[in-house]
Amino acid sequence: MQEKVIKRYWPIFVIPTLGAFAIGFIWPFIQGVYLSFCSFTTIEKNKWVGLDNYIRALGLDKDFKDPSPLTDSLWFTVAFAIVSIVLINVIAFIFALVLTRGLKGTNIFRTIFFMPNLIGGVVLGYIWKVLINCVLLLVGEPLLALNSTAGFWGLIILMVWQQVGYMMIIYIAGLQSIPESLIEAAQIDGATSMQTLFKIKLPMVMSSITICVFLTLTNSFKLFDQNMALTNGDPANSTTMLALNIYKTFYDRIGASWKGLGQAKAVLFSILVIGISLIQLKATRSKEVQQ
Amino acid sequence: MKKKRTISDIIVTLIMTVMALTFVYPIFMVLINSFKANTSISTDSVFQLPDEASFVGLKNYVYALEAKGFFDSFIYSLFITVSSVLAICICCSMCAWFITRVKGVISSALYYLFVFSMVVPFQMVMFTLSKTADKLDFNTPWNIWIIYLGFGAGLAVFMFTGFMKTIPLEIEEAAMIDGCNPLQTYFKVVMPMLKPTMVSVAILEAMWVWNDYLLPTLVLDIKEYQTIPMLIQTSFKGGYGRVEMGAMMACIMLTVIPIVIVYLLGQKHIIKGVAAGAVKG
Repeated sequence: MQEKVIKRYWPIFVIPTLGAFAIGFIWPFIQGVYLSFCSFTTIEKNKWVGLDNYIRALGLDKDFKDPSPLTDSLWFTVAFAIVSIVLINVIAFIFALVLTRGLKGTNIFRTIFFMPNLIGGVVLGYIWKVLINCVLLLVGEPLLALNSTAGFWGLIILMVWQQVGYMMIIYIAGLQSIPESLIEAAQIDGATSMQTLFKIKLPMVMSSITICVFLTLTNSFKLFDQNMALTNGDPANSTTMLALNIYKTFYDRIGASWKGLGQAKAVLFSILVIGISLIQLKATRSKEVQQ
Repeated sequence: MKKKRTISDIIVTLIMTVMALTFVYPIFMVLINSFKANTSISTDSVFQLPDEASFVGLKNYVYALEAKGFFDSFIYSLFITVSSVLAICICCSMCAWFITRVKGVISSALYYLFVFSMVVPFQMVMFTLSKTADKLDFNTPWNIWIIYLGFGAGLAVFMFTGFMKTIPLEIEEAAMIDGCNPLQTYFKVVMPMLKPTMVSVAILEAMWVWNDYLLPTLVLDIKEYQTIPMLIQTSFKGGYGRVEMGAMMACIMLTVIPIVIVYLLGQKHIIKGVAAGAVKG
């Protein structure tokens, strides 16, 4: 009964969001998919070229030279993702373990570790650029603009600094939801603190671990602001991650062939990110069944 | 047993204190350099405290505020964030309520479309979105919230519907039987119950909009309007790769201070809200 009454009010309830959603997402998305098959400089001036852009984006066109191939950025991003996932999650988990022990000052520590999260990527990038360049100069290494190893590790340090607090909060919530009696029972049975950690605490927070691993994974793949502010891909596009690669293909090059290529790269990038999210959905669902 | 714990506690606390200090250090570094003269900030002296020769007081701050238009940027950023978050909270929660209460193919199709938009990276639509926004004249700080409402709708609708599935139907039914129309029911009965989720959504979206760089850069008229992240990215680069470091450091400080104040005031809500968003997202 109520449903019908509510239904009559759909223009008020749905139109504002749906209208903005159509402008802000649906229409640009459809145009974007279409344009990835075109060569264009503006949306109106486009010429259908079929799969050419995709062939070039995947590096299969031998006559075409892309200064920053998508595959290079993919490997850089994958390497970055693996290292940052491991480091961020291990450090965050250790912090969470320590901060659930009931130490004095726990709240202050939590406040401080979480804070970098709220500062924007561009600002963070510049702060660390200054810091890292100074350290590099003092130890006599080339600066960030000429040093891709430093660029890689700089990005890692930056992201660890930014994200550890966030993941720590999720792990703390997970650890606090373990029933006290379970740990006490284990201790009475003579389990050492290492055994309680690996046999009880770790298995009990598996769902938090899944969430955090996927969060760090998608964050690494979508990383843009920090990458642009810290290294901007230098030297010679060797530290360009996927999102920055697409941006540069769009806006740093002049000519009709680049925007189409950029759009095709964006479609491939989207498919990759959507794929990761589907795996994540499956992983979290299967965890829920077990519990 | 108890004594052993206190000793290890002290050691752990010490280690954590050192970690906490390293976490704060980058901000501290920005602070000390924001008081130095431009010429005194060379790459190798970043770690030194300002001395008599390099100390310039608040000159960098005054310069950032007056010459670089920090104040204008702050107002733009603030207006964009507040208007976008308000629009997202009100419109998306209404839409989410409609989707959960009116069952059908259209509702579930909409729901999956919103969830899909949450996953798609911004680079996919950045070019076409900026052109569409230009064509419709949604390119000033005063109406860019429409774009944010559209692109931010996914996460908001997703979080609101997740919560609405858990609240009992009976309360709404009672209100409607007592003669409320759906609008009254929504604003007087449903919305007050949504408050915790509303806070989470508002915090997540505010963090995103306030710090967003790429969307405003592509959509806004750069020469006329610059949000704070845009100002920091573009305004301090002189010719030949030179950077006005002092002013930039002051500007970063001016950006960080309000964030820290808001964070310290609403810490509990912010941490809870972010964690809730993470678990659901």
